[in-house]
Amino acid sequence: MKEILIYGRGGQGNVAAAEILATAAFEDGQFVQAFPAFGAERMGAPVRAFVRIHDQKIRTRSQVTNPDILIIQDETLLGNAKVMGSVKKEGVIIANSAKKAAELGLRDSATLWTVPARQIALEAIGTPIVNVVMLGAFCAVTGLVSLEAVKRCAMARFAGAVGEKNAQAAQQAYDWIKKERE
Amino acid sequence: MKLTIGLVTSPGTSRANKTGDWRVRRPVFLHKTCTGCLLCQLCCPEGVVYGEAKTFDCDFDYCKGCGICAQVCPVHDIEMELEGE
Amino acid sequence: MVVLSQKSASLLHMEVLEGSRAVAEVVKRCRPHVISAYPITPQTHIVENLAQMVADGELASEFVNVESEHSAASVCLGAAATGARTYTATSSQGLALMSEVLYNIAGLRLPVVLTCANRTLSAPLSIWNDHQDSLMVRDAGVIQLFAEDCQEAADMHIQAYKLAEDHRVLLPVMVAMDGFILTHTFEPVTIPTQEEVDAFLPPYQPLHYLTPKAPLSMGTWCEPDKFLEVKYMMHQAMEVALTLIPQIAEDFRRHFGRYSGGLIEEYRMDDAQTAFVAMGSLVTTIKDTVDELREEGHRVGLVKIRAYRPFPTQAVARALEGVERVAVIEKAISIGGVGILAADIKSALYGRERPMVGTFIAGLGGRDVTKDSLRWIMERLEEGATLQEFVDLNLSLIGDDEG
Repeated sequence: MKEILIYGRGGQGNVAAAEILATAAFEDGQFVQAFPAFGAERMGAPVRAFVRIHDQKIRTRSQVTNPDILIIQDETLLGNAKVMGSVKKEGVIIANSAKKAAELGLRDSATLWTVPARQIALEAIGTPIVNVVMLGAFCAVTGLVSLEAVKRCAMARFAGAVGEKNAQAAQQAYDWIKKERE
Repeated sequence: MKLTIGLVTSPGTSRANKTGDWRVRRPVFLHKTCTGCLLCQLCCPEGVVYGEAKTFDCDFDYCKGCGICAQVCPVHDIEMELEGE
Repeated sequence: MVVLSQKSASLLHMEVLEGSRAVAEVVKRCRPHVISAYPITPQTHIVENLAQMVADGELASEFVNVESEHSAASVCLGAAATGARTYTATSSQGLALMSEVLYNIAGLRLPVVLTCANRTLSAPLSIWNDHQDSLMVRDAGVIQLFAEDCQEAADMHIQAYKLAEDHRVLLPVMVAMDGFILTHTFEPVTIPTQEEVDAFLPPYQPLHYLTPKAPLSMGTWCEPDKFLEVKYMMHQAMEVALTLIPQIAEDFRRHFGRYSGGLIEEYRMDDAQTAFVAMGSLVTTIKDTVDELREEGHRVGLVKIRAYRPFPTQAVARALEGVERVAVIEKAISIGGVGILAADIKSALYGRERPMVGTFIAGLGGRDVTKDSLRWIMERLEEGATLQEFVDLNLSLIGDDEG
């Protein structure tokens, strides 16, 4: 089972990202579970959402406190040592940042990937909403979910041009990571 | 009467409950000055006054002896009498 | 890449839905004539979805917007008395406000179906989950079924109507699903088709109903010489429900191919020395923990309470026979008493070979209950804990002015 923690700020579409990621993984043939850390939701406050992906029915429902993959939606949250340190030793962090991972110098063991999601979103969508963009990066880094499924689910979740632009932005983030890997 | 689910009852079951024995005073219809104005019948809360001009009477199985008929009679043709007298 | 070319057979007819949406989709297929509700977190998504369906013309129900939960329940009471199939949903303070009417609905023997998206009660103000709200109306004469996951919550509503409307029962049924933990979680569920639900759930045939064509009185004044008998009749109806709940679950399995009903579920209880007892969504985390503890050599199992009222005394006693230790995990507290669910469990075991029963208050007001919490419970139980214990209690939070 893979446990994913999406860490962002209220209004950044963290819960929608969890829903899209889970639905995409489900479309790829996996069992899934997605839920927010239910709180008094307010714009700007740190918010967590969780996704579990497994090849069999998922039962455990406690919150994800020790994720395999951590998605950081907002660069200003990189300083939260508690959340950053909660990732499994062999885990992965994918952060929205224009800086290179090495420049951030945050962590030794976990693989830290950065993607300039804000810039990608501004160019492709016109607003700095990075949730679907980060999922594109997620697909490229982890290979756990297919990019095609994420794009399809994003377009199903956001109707019309918004959905299409988001799918396009996810593709760009995916390509960006792939290029970084080369 | 058997108890039904949800204590459902058909209408009119209060007929089984004869309230005449609540009475302390009973109305006596004198049939002297009666004009047939029907006030006694219309005002009876139990709906037990029957008859017409100069023949009004009531059903003592249910009359509770409230005295409203005697009170409203404009020609004082109804008197309330103590039961048993 | 783990992408599979084809979905496994078990996922074929499923879709990923939020728990609230799954319940709304199923309630829609039960064709209620009248829906009335007042919004309260975390129940709101359910009735929001239903209101949308009515507005979109997908659901031919009368959706009555009201100014309080007391009125929502009253609308359901009145509508059900005229022979309508009704639905409402609430949480927490909303259920508290409904409680007066719930006693009336039950006493009038009206088969209203409602969802309780479980949330604790104020004060202190908290929107998060525990079972304090449902247990508050334990004695009202409302059948209470607790769901483990979103599928079970959805399936239970279909069964709830069948159970409530059976002329031998005629009592309201409340499906309890953990607020947020189930209502706001997206997971794969199978939503039956309208045809499938219609084949299982026939239109409601009221035993008595109000109509000007054939007047009658309901819930008449009752003097001391008859009141006891009326309550006895309600209790008897609950006893009938005890036998009907498993039958309806079997019937449901024949129609839908899944068993999601019944009174209790025993998980790995065969040779168990230690048993967890719990209700609601916590059961899923316990099952995984039981598997892990089993692998480590502990003979441990789980008894899940699905039907809380009527309480399955016999089934519980049978399930716990031969067990040495029982941990009852309570998501509610009887302040000044010892365990609400534990009292039922202990009473079921009275007069038998009795195991040690420990009462563990956990997860109040949304506190996360983790595998570590469950392991701690297991340890405390093995140390002989039998009184009331508070799981993950952080005494360092309590200030000096604590009397």
